[in-house]
Amino acid sequence: MESDIIKLNGVNKWFGDLHVLQDVDLSIRRGERVVICGPSGSGKSTLIRCINRLEQHDEGSIVVDGIELNQDTENVAAIRREVGMVFQHFNLFPHLSVLENCALPQIRARGASRDQAEAKAMEYLRRVRIPEQASKFPSQLSGGQQQRVAIARSLCMEPKVMLFDEPTSALDPEMIKEVLDVIIDLAQSGMTMICVTHEMGFAKKVADTVVFMDAGRIVEKAPPQQLFENPQSERTKLFLSQILSH
Amino acid sequence: MSELKSRRLTVRARTRFTRWDLVLAMVLVLAVAGLLWRASGVFSYKWAWSTVWPFVFRFDELTASWVPNLLAEGLATTLRLAFWGILAASLIGTVMGFARVSQRLVFRLIGTAYVMLIRNIPPVVFVFVFVYFIASQIMPTLALGDRAKELSPALQWWVSVFFGTPKLLDNFLLGLLCLSVFSGAYVTEIVRAGIQSVPQAQIEAGNSLGMSQADVTRFVVLPQAFRNVLPPMAGQLIQLIKDSSLVSLVSIQELTFMAQDVQITTQRVFEVFVFTGAIYFVICFTLSQVFASLERRYARALK
Repeated sequence: MESDIIKLNGVNKWFGDLHVLQDVDLSIRRGERVVICGPSGSGKSTLIRCINRLEQHDEGSIVVDGIELNQDTENVAAIRREVGMVFQHFNLFPHLSVLENCALPQIRARGASRDQAEAKAMEYLRRVRIPEQASKFPSQLSGGQQQRVAIARSLCMEPKVMLFDEPTSALDPEMIKEVLDVIIDLAQSGMTMICVTHEMGFAKKVADTVVFMDAGRIVEKAPPQQLFENPQSERTKLFLSQILSH
Repeated sequence: MSELKSRRLTVRARTRFTRWDLVLAMVLVLAVAGLLWRASGVFSYKWAWSTVWPFVFRFDELTASWVPNLLAEGLATTLRLAFWGILAASLIGTVMGFARVSQRLVFRLIGTAYVMLIRNIPPVVFVFVFVYFIASQIMPTLALGDRAKELSPALQWWVSVFFGTPKLLDNFLLGLLCLSVFSGAYVTEIVRAGIQSVPQAQIEAGNSLGMSQADVTRFVVLPQAFRNVLPPMAGQLIQLIKDSSLVSLVSIQELTFMAQDVQITTQRVFEVFVFTGAIYFVICFTLSQVFASLERRYARALK
């Protein structure tokens, strides 16, 4: 089995005239935990959204678990089944209960029976520590609880990779910890993950690799100690001084 | 979310009957009483309701039983028009609504052309154009009425329950087609608004979970769109029932057409049309209640 689960090669993307991803090369090993940071507009979210094709890249190649992302919708579907994603604004289905949120995708995309799907949903809801909320609707939960449901919903698909797109940015401060704890648990269980976040403490704690992006480019890529304590690029230093100074 | 909760609270708070409501109610009662008193001086009319009833049901001497007469038959046709019209307009509206937001330009053009064409001509003009130029060509070609007459008696009975007597089948279908195509355009716009009311993020969430586009549409977009458009949809479908009276203009023998017939025969304008209006009211009010209870059910699920 190849050790790199995700390989990006010379990826470029434009939004109109805006060059949002510029010659991005990135390889991620199985089990690797990657944190992507950088100023807003630097292309972090676009990068991970390209990995499950919520955005299309214009040039270069993206290979996930041996499958190349291209116009073939079968490939896209196969990759999406292996790659879970957690969004900044949770994006739970408001018309479905917590349990149904977790069960529906398994039934429709994995062909699970309702019983199997609900059993697995309960298993993962226990893992994110909210099994008692299973029959409630998303709007009845706090932001932190909703984000944990979103994580459980993704995990129910048993993905090989998890993508987190600023999972705590929309949360009140007192709820950030409960969500980060769940993600840390997951990281420690060996899940391959890519997390876009500004939580530097989290990055130091769980990341194997931190990627710093600016203006659509990967500026620097290094283990957390090295990147935080001994950044090589002036741009990285400036960014770190800004976010760590307060 | 919490916004929704607070809106529900204010609605509940508003239902309390205050001092000002009492004053308003009294002013209203006095105004109506005054108006009636003024009118009774100039308006003298001998109501003769008994002339209307025989046109609802009449006693048939041959079979010695009560049988439906013009108004009851018209009502049955109106109910059939309403039932099938609601189904057909919803179907047309859903298909065209999706066409309106399709990625494909051709579908968008078809949907837009349909809506624009119908929304920008008066309903009465549409009915005439549609019936005389379009439907009078199609319906005779299909000759569904003649075909229905060749069916077995049992099947003919079912056809007559759902679509009216085979003799008038072409006539009925013509009216139904006209009404559905006309109302479908308005339903299309409501469906389009409903689909667009579901945030793109919902579709992305479904996609990222590996669900197919069809599944995302069916299980994520449609249920939310449906809930969001329930109030305007209720209005439009009730409007459809009232608009069914428009096809009386082209001799579709529904309630309004029959009422005009009876009115000419009896010269009893007030009785006939007050009665007809009351029937429309009952049908539409019933449907309003059905939609209101649906809305309550969805609101509960969202609480």
